[in-house]
Amino acid sequence: MAYETVIGLEVHAQLLTDSKIFCGCSTKFGAGPNEHTCQICLGMPGVLPVLNRKVVEFTIRMGLATNCSINAYENFARKNYFYPDLPKGYQISQYAHPLAEHGHIDIVLNGGKKRIGITRIHMEEDAGKLIHDERNPWSYVDFNRTGVPLIEIVSEPDMRSPEEAGEYLRRLRDILVYLEICDGNMEEGSFRCDANVSIRPKGEAAFGTRAELKNMNSFRNVQRALEYEVKRQQYILESGGEVVQETRLWDDAQGQTHSMRSKEEAHDYRYFPDPDLVPIMISSEWIEEVRRALPELPLEKQDRFVAQYGIPVYDASVLTTTRALADFYEETVKLCGKPKIVSNWVMGDLLRYLNEQKRDIKESPVSPDHVAQMINLIEDGTISGKIAKEVFEEMYKSSKKPADIVKEKGLTQITDEGAVVGAIEEAMAKNPAQLAEYRAGKEKLFAFFVGQVMKLTKGKANPQLVNDLLKKMLSGS
Amino acid sequence: MGLNELTIHELQDKIKKKEVTSTEIVTDVFKRIDAVEDRVRSFTTMMKEYAFEGAKKADSEIGKGNIRPLTGIPIALKDIMCTRGYRTTCGSHILHNFVPPYDGTVVKKLRDEGAVFVGKTNMDEFAMGSSTETSYFGVTRNPWDLERIPGGSSGGSAAALAADECIAATGSDTGGSIRQPAALCGVVGLKPTYGRVSRYGLVAFASSLDQIGPFTKDVEDSAIMLNAIAGYDPMESTSVPTEVPDYRSFIGKDIKGFTVGIPKEYFIEGIDAEVDAAVKRTIQVIEGLGAKCVAISLPHTQYCLAVYYIIAPAEASSNLARYDGVKYGYRSTDGRDLMEMYKKTRSQGFGPEVKRRIMIGTYALSSGYYDAYYKKASQVRTLIKRDFQEAFKTCDVILTPTTPTPAFKIGEKMDDPLQMYLSDIFTISTNLAGIPGISVPCGYTQGGLPIGVQFQAGHFQEGKLLQVAHAYEQHSGIERRRPKL
Repeated sequence: MAYETVIGLEVHAQLLTDSKIFCGCSTKFGAGPNEHTCQICLGMPGVLPVLNRKVVEFTIRMGLATNCSINAYENFARKNYFYPDLPKGYQISQYAHPLAEHGHIDIVLNGGKKRIGITRIHMEEDAGKLIHDERNPWSYVDFNRTGVPLIEIVSEPDMRSPEEAGEYLRRLRDILVYLEICDGNMEEGSFRCDANVSIRPKGEAAFGTRAELKNMNSFRNVQRALEYEVKRQQYILESGGEVVQETRLWDDAQGQTHSMRSKEEAHDYRYFPDPDLVPIMISSEWIEEVRRALPELPLEKQDRFVAQYGIPVYDASVLTTTRALADFYEETVKLCGKPKIVSNWVMGDLLRYLNEQKRDIKESPVSPDHVAQMINLIEDGTISGKIAKEVFEEMYKSSKKPADIVKEKGLTQITDEGAVVGAIEEAMAKNPAQLAEYRAGKEKLFAFFVGQVMKLTKGKANPQLVNDLLKKMLSGS
Repeated sequence: MGLNELTIHELQDKIKKKEVTSTEIVTDVFKRIDAVEDRVRSFTTMMKEYAFEGAKKADSEIGKGNIRPLTGIPIALKDIMCTRGYRTTCGSHILHNFVPPYDGTVVKKLRDEGAVFVGKTNMDEFAMGSSTETSYFGVTRNPWDLERIPGGSSGGSAAALAADECIAATGSDTGGSIRQPAALCGVVGLKPTYGRVSRYGLVAFASSLDQIGPFTKDVEDSAIMLNAIAGYDPMESTSVPTEVPDYRSFIGKDIKGFTVGIPKEYFIEGIDAEVDAAVKRTIQVIEGLGAKCVAISLPHTQYCLAVYYIIAPAEASSNLARYDGVKYGYRSTDGRDLMEMYKKTRSQGFGPEVKRRIMIGTYALSSGYYDAYYKKASQVRTLIKRDFQEAFKTCDVILTPTTPTPAFKIGEKMDDPLQMYLSDIFTISTNLAGIPGISVPCGYTQGGLPIGVQFQAGHFQEGKLLQVAHAYEQHSGIERRRPKL
C-alpha cells in the first residue's frame, strides 16, 4: 500500500535579548556554572517575575514575518511539572492566549513553492541544564540557561516528507536569523526542533496515530530521524500492527528512535493563568511600529535578486542565506556592476575560503570594496581571470588592496605583443616534436602550447592575445 | 508601664522630645519577651542582637535629627517575609533552615523608614490555617487565654503585639490571615488593596490573593505603617502605580454623611451571640457619629468559601512546587533516586494541612476538571467582585463582623478542616474582590475574649477605611484592656 507522510514541527528558538525574560540576568552563553543567576531565575521563595519588553517585541517580529495575526490580548500560563532543572516546579509559558497565531511561510522545493501553516507562536522561559557525572551517584545543575527567553513556533501538520520538513526548518531558521532575534545554532541548542510524524494510506483524510520525536540536534538528524520513523511506522502497519501514540527519542549513534514515554505516561501540565503576571495588551501602534522596522525576508530578497540582477535562482538562494552575505553581495555589485561575475566570486572563492575556516561572512578579511576593485582589474585587462584567483587568495590572506598585490607580485597582465611573440618563439623552439605533430594535424596540442606560453610568462600573458598569436605562429603563417 | 506597651505615635512623640531612646524601647520589648514568650510562643526566630544594633543606629540618627516615621520602633515580621541573612521558615519543616539571600520589598521599606526588627513570628504552615496550629514550630497561644488559639495564619504577629512583645507587626492576608487573628487578639489588622503593597519577598501562598499588611495597637498606627509600606514596586507586575496618599491625614476626620453598608448575608445563623451583639453596638456607635447605616445585599456571598478553596489551593499547588529538596530547605536523604527524593522530601517536609491543599489544588487544575473547578471558580469570583462594585456605588464602607466566633480552644477544630475554614467566612470575600479590609476591636465577651469588627472599602480606598475605623475607635466607649499574662 502507498502511504502518505504527515509531519508537523515544534521549534524552540532562543531569543537574542541581552537579559533573561523575567529578571535582569545576562543571557550570554559560556559563563561558569550558575554565574548568570539571581534569586528570581533560581525560583527562591518570594520572588516574582517581571516581563522583559524586548521579548514581546522580538516575538511580534517573528509573528509578523510569518504572516501571523498578533493577538491584542495575551497572557502567561504556568506549565507545572517536576524536574531538577526547573527551579520553580513550573515553566512560565503561554497556553490559551499565545502572542501570534494563524500564520504561514512558503518553502521552495524542487523549483515549486509550498505554503506551510504556522499554528501559533508563543513566549516562554527556558529551563536549566543537568550535567551528569558518571563517576558519582549525583548530578549537577546549571541554571544559567534558566529564564533565557524562548519562542515556540508550532507548525500545522502540512509537511508531507522529511525533505519538506528539512526545508521548512531551514527557512524558519533563515527568517529568525534575518530578523536578528535568534542565532539559529542547532548544535548549541539555541534552535531546537521536535517533530510530530504519522503516516496514512494515500487518499485517506484522517490522520494516522502520531509519534513525537525529540533529541535531534542538527538539520541532518531531523531528516534522518523522520526518515527512520516513517519507515518504522510503515513496517508496523504493513505487518498488521498499530502505531501507538508516544514520545520517542532519536539516538544519533544508532540511527534509530526509541520509545521515551507512552501517551498514558504523558504529563498533565495543569496549565493555568500565571497570577504573578498581568495580561499583556499589545496596541496596534506597537505592531505597526515593529512591522515598519521589519527587514526584507530571505524569500523576498531572493526573488528580488533574480529580478534585479538577472542571476540564476540558485545563485540568489545561496546569496540570501544570511542578511550579511546578501548585503556583501549587493554592496559589491553596487561598486563594480557585473552581478553574475560578482556572484561567481562570492559564491565560489569567498565562500569556499570562509567555509574552510568556518568563518562567518561578517569576519571576512576581504571587503566588498576589494572584491569590486579586483573585478575592475580583470575588466580593464590589468590581470587575467586566472591571475585573479591568485590575487584573491592573497587578498584573503593579507587583506591588502588588489592593485597593491598585483604591483608587489608583478602580476600585471602582459599585453605587449612583442613579449608574447618572444615567449611563443621560445616555446616552439623548445618543443620541436610537438610542433611537428601539431602541424601534421594534431590540433589538440594547441592547448599544450598555450600552457607552455603561460608557464614562460608566469601566467601573466593576456590569454586572448596568446590565443590569437599562437594560432598564427603555430600554423607557420 | 513599660515602653513596650505604647503605640508607634506615642513613642514617636517621646523620641522627638528626646524623652526616650530606641535602645530603651528595645530593652523593654526584650524584657517583656523574656517574661512571656515561653508561654505565648509568638516567635520562630528572635533577632535580639540585630534589634539592639538597629536601635543603636536609630539612636545615632535621632541624635542627628534624622527621624523617619518608624525610626527606632521595634517591629515583628511574620516569618513569611524574606529577610536577608535571617531564616524565613513559613512555619514549615521544608524551609526550617532556609536563609534568604535577599530582603523583600516591605522589609526594605520598613528598614528605610527606620524600623528595628525584633524577630520573625510564628504562623500556620505556609499561611494555611486559621489558628497557627499547623506550624512546624508549635502552637502560638492567645495572650487573652493561653488555652486558646490566637487565630491565623498570622497568629504569631497578633499574639506578639497583644502581649506587647513588639510595638507593631506585619502579617500577610490571603483569606483573613491578618484580620481574623487581629480580631481574636484584640488588635488592629489591615489588609490593603491587592496591588497596594509589594508582594516581592513575600513567600507565595495564593498569588492572586496574598497581601501584606500591618498589625497595630490602634488605627493611627495602622495609617503610619501603611504609609511606610504602600506603593508601586517595579519588582512586582501586579503592583499598581496608583498614587499613595498620606494615610495619616485621614486620622481624626469625622464621618458625618458617610454611608455604611450592612450586608444581610453576614449576619447569619451560627454567629456567636456575643459577637453579634458587639457588632450591632458598633453599628449604633457609627450611626451616632452621623453616618448612615443601610442594609445591603452581596448576593454571591454564599459562594465565597467554595471559590476560595478552589482558587487558593490551585495557586498554592503550583507555588509550593519549588520546595522539592533540590536547591534549598529540607531534603530527605533516604531517597534512592530522583523520584523518591522528591516524594520523601515533600511527604516529610510538608504538614497535613499543606498536603491537603496541594492535593485539592492539583485536582482542581487537572485536565478534565479544570473547567468544572478552577475556571468556574474564577468566573464566580468575578461575580463576587461585581457584588462589591455594585455596593460601593452607594456605600463608602461595608461593616461586618470579622469572625463568627471569638477565639476557640487549641485543638478544637484541628480534626475538622471544614469547621476551621468557616472561621474565615467573613474575611475571604475581601481577598477574592481584591479590596481593602480592616479589623478593629469592638468589645469583649463575658469571658474576656476580644471581638473584632470589619470594615471593607473599594479598591484603593484605605483612606476611607482608616477614617471610619479611627472615628469608631475614638468613640467606641470600649475600655482599653491588656491581657493578664
